[in-house]
Amino acid sequence: MRGARSAKWVTGAIVVALAASACGSGDDGSGGGSGLGYDATGKVIGESAEPQKGLIPSDTMEAIGHEVIGALWTGLIKTDPATGEIIYMNAESITTEDSRTWTVTLKDGWTFHDGTPVTADSYVKAWNWAAHIENNQQNSSWFSDIAGYADVHPAEGEPTAETMSGLKAVDEHTFTIELTQPLAYFNYKLEYNPFFPLPESFYEDPAAAAENPVGNGPYRFVSWEHNKFIDVEKWDEYQGPDAAQNEGVVFLNYADSDAAYQDLLSDNIDYVRQVSPNNLAKFEQDLGERAINLPYAAIQTVNFAFYTDQWKDIDVRVLQGLSMAIDRETITSTVLQGTRVPATGWVAKGVMGYEDGACGPYCTYDPETAEELIELGGGVPGNAISLQYNADGGHKEWVEAVCNSIRQAVGVECTSDAKPTFQEDLDARDNKQVKSMYRSGWGMDYPFNGNFLRDLYGTTSAGNKGGFSDKIFDELVAEADAAPTVEESAALYRAAEERLAETFPAIPLWYYEVQSGHSTKVDNVAFDLYGHPILTDITVTGR
Amino acid sequence: MGRYVARRLLQMIPVFIGTTFLVFCMIYVLPGDPVRSLWGDKVPDPAQLAAIRAQLGLDQPLWQQYLDYMGGLLTGDLGTTTVGRPVADEMGRAFPVTIRLAVIAFLFSSVAGITLGVLGGMRRGKYVDTGILIFTMLVISMPVFVLGYVMRHVFATELGWVTPTVQNSEEIGQLLLPGVVLGMLSLAYVARLTRTTVAENLRADFMRTARAKGLPRRRIVRVHLLRNSMIPVVTFLGTDLGALMGGAIVTEGIFNVHGVGRLVYDALVRRESAVVVGTVTVLVLIYLAANLLVDLLYAVLDPRIRYA
Repeated sequence: MRGARSAKWVTGAIVVALAASACGSGDDGSGGGSGLGYDATGKVIGESAEPQKGLIPSDTMEAIGHEVIGALWTGLIKTDPATGEIIYMNAESITTEDSRTWTVTLKDGWTFHDGTPVTADSYVKAWNWAAHIENNQQNSSWFSDIAGYADVHPAEGEPTAETMSGLKAVDEHTFTIELTQPLAYFNYKLEYNPFFPLPESFYEDPAAAAENPVGNGPYRFVSWEHNKFIDVEKWDEYQGPDAAQNEGVVFLNYADSDAAYQDLLSDNIDYVRQVSPNNLAKFEQDLGERAINLPYAAIQTVNFAFYTDQWKDIDVRVLQGLSMAIDRETITSTVLQGTRVPATGWVAKGVMGYEDGACGPYCTYDPETAEELIELGGGVPGNAISLQYNADGGHKEWVEAVCNSIRQAVGVECTSDAKPTFQEDLDARDNKQVKSMYRSGWGMDYPFNGNFLRDLYGTTSAGNKGGFSDKIFDELVAEADAAPTVEESAALYRAAEERLAETFPAIPLWYYEVQSGHSTKVDNVAFDLYGHPILTDITVTGR
Repeated sequence: MGRYVARRLLQMIPVFIGTTFLVFCMIYVLPGDPVRSLWGDKVPDPAQLAAIRAQLGLDQPLWQQYLDYMGGLLTGDLGTTTVGRPVADEMGRAFPVTIRLAVIAFLFSSVAGITLGVLGGMRRGKYVDTGILIFTMLVISMPVFVLGYVMRHVFATELGWVTPTVQNSEEIGQLLLPGVVLGMLSLAYVARLTRTTVAENLRADFMRTARAKGLPRRRIVRVHLLRNSMIPVVTFLGTDLGALMGGAIVTEGIFNVHGVGRLVYDALVRRESAVVVGTVTVLVLIYLAANLLVDLLYAVLDPRIRYA
């Protein structure tokens, strides 16, 4: 019996040890009186997730972090979601004579949340820091328009300077930006978060500042419990025109958008980022007047891989014909459940310079003309195409619907080419291994039509993955960039967009919309062109 | 006994090294670049891409990366994620939640499962037994996400007893419903296993002897019947503990619990080898410990088994 008894002791000991470690590890986690760790009185509670990185404006590119940073910081400008016009925020004015040298004057009296003033240096120093290659900021290439960027961020080898020669602080509230070449709409880029200012305290320990960010925006950072929530509160000394109409925001972390939707229905959260696909059919019924359906500036296209034998010397009429073989109306209303709007051009709605109908007749469904065009153009080589997409992004259904539509309308054999993950999809695109065509999505970086054109279809643009090249388009782009005013630049870009209908580097499919809704406890919930909720406008009544 | 335990513990060392290496290799050969994917549809600047990869050591060959990682482990450093957060922090947040969830599921499945199994086994062929058989059949044939959605709908949306999702992943009360959903499948297996062995043992010689000796019924059931029927059940429960900890991802998603399943899934999607290796290794160690515990329990349950 001795063996059995000692076995009893040992097992008992292990059980006690396991139990102790389970309890012990629990104690350090629970904080705060409510057990939740935040006080939601008067605050908006929204669906969010864990930001990919620490909260540094120049290092954040994905939507979640972008949203939080947008609450904590206010940059030089914002744009009106309805007209695309510039609204000056921290900037008093941004002027230029030649579209090359820009003078920024800041408003007086702005401070960071820690009380230090926002000066010209807060901008100049932050941009120099972010552009420097050794600081490894994901958005560093945003500064590549500025003179001297190549010295702090060389394509190869060591940097030869610490600061960019194109940035100069004139006095406490004025600084100048000199670009490498004229760019008429450079001021529009300044809305994006890499151009936000940083307080002096940031540079002492950037890693710590990323976990405890100090901005100059309408909300002040309170706490960040990783994988649970980020809590921000209204900042009373905020000087901007968009002061918060609520006491703060709690960004709650959700792994699953259906779970978030359930919590919206039971008023546990106040808005969802996007209604999950399984609830799309009934969300308007569930929420009634509280349902939200708003467009934002993003577009889905199908691009041709012009480096393949199939498309290398193709007649453009074949490409136009394929576009006309896609029944966008039916696919958006059935397969996509009304979450997208058929596209009529390559630029998404809402941005500066957007005009309806750049695609001309080629974006409307017309099987007979489509067949004719393809025939006139000499037919699709091999009479078969394939459409590459990533299987982890919910694209399967519509890709197959597009293929079906083409097959039925013009009799071209169309197959879907699924890559298991987004990474593999990107790898194939980056390495020019796409077999025929590929899905491509583009959300705007800044609300100007050139962002959808130059950065995707310019011969030397890094975003031009299909190997498209058109001299006339490139010339129009160069002309637009050098235009004396933003309006003229936008008009020239519009001409460049119309040129795309004659060369057809990609088939426009549809624009994106946000489907969301708000709880009974808040009001005034709307979404901006990035597809993010406009947090400062939300009013809270029941919390 | 002591030597047996010591030997088993020593055996864990090669298993530990082997698992870390295997998982490390698997992540390494997965297609896709974790740094490139930070940019998504947007286009990365090649120079910055290279600089970040160099900073993370991703430009080193596999063996160098592995040695660096193991070197870090020896000094107690579990490494950092692609975006520079300590892996130890990530794991420290996820494991307490998952351990709690798994303990709830484990207690639920073992207590309720054994009770149902004994009930069914003792009344073989009666209504109770048939009822339990049908119930467990239902649970086994139902995918966990269906069960999760149904339970959430009934208890949260219809009855309003709980919130649809877990508001605080560290509160035991809130973890009850997901714990029950998670433990449901194991419960069915435990109930069926117990029922079969109990029914078999009821006809065993030692049971007849015990009854013939005139022992009270309660003692017959508890000491003679149950103890002898427990060996297969304990074996199952031991291996199940590992599955409950690592395989809770569906349940965690439905109820928005921020546990290990989610951590590993996210890390896999982002190709964060340090997180995956660290977490999987800890899961393997827990699994090994649970197995050791099971083996030792055999000796408690059956005095004929001895370890020297």
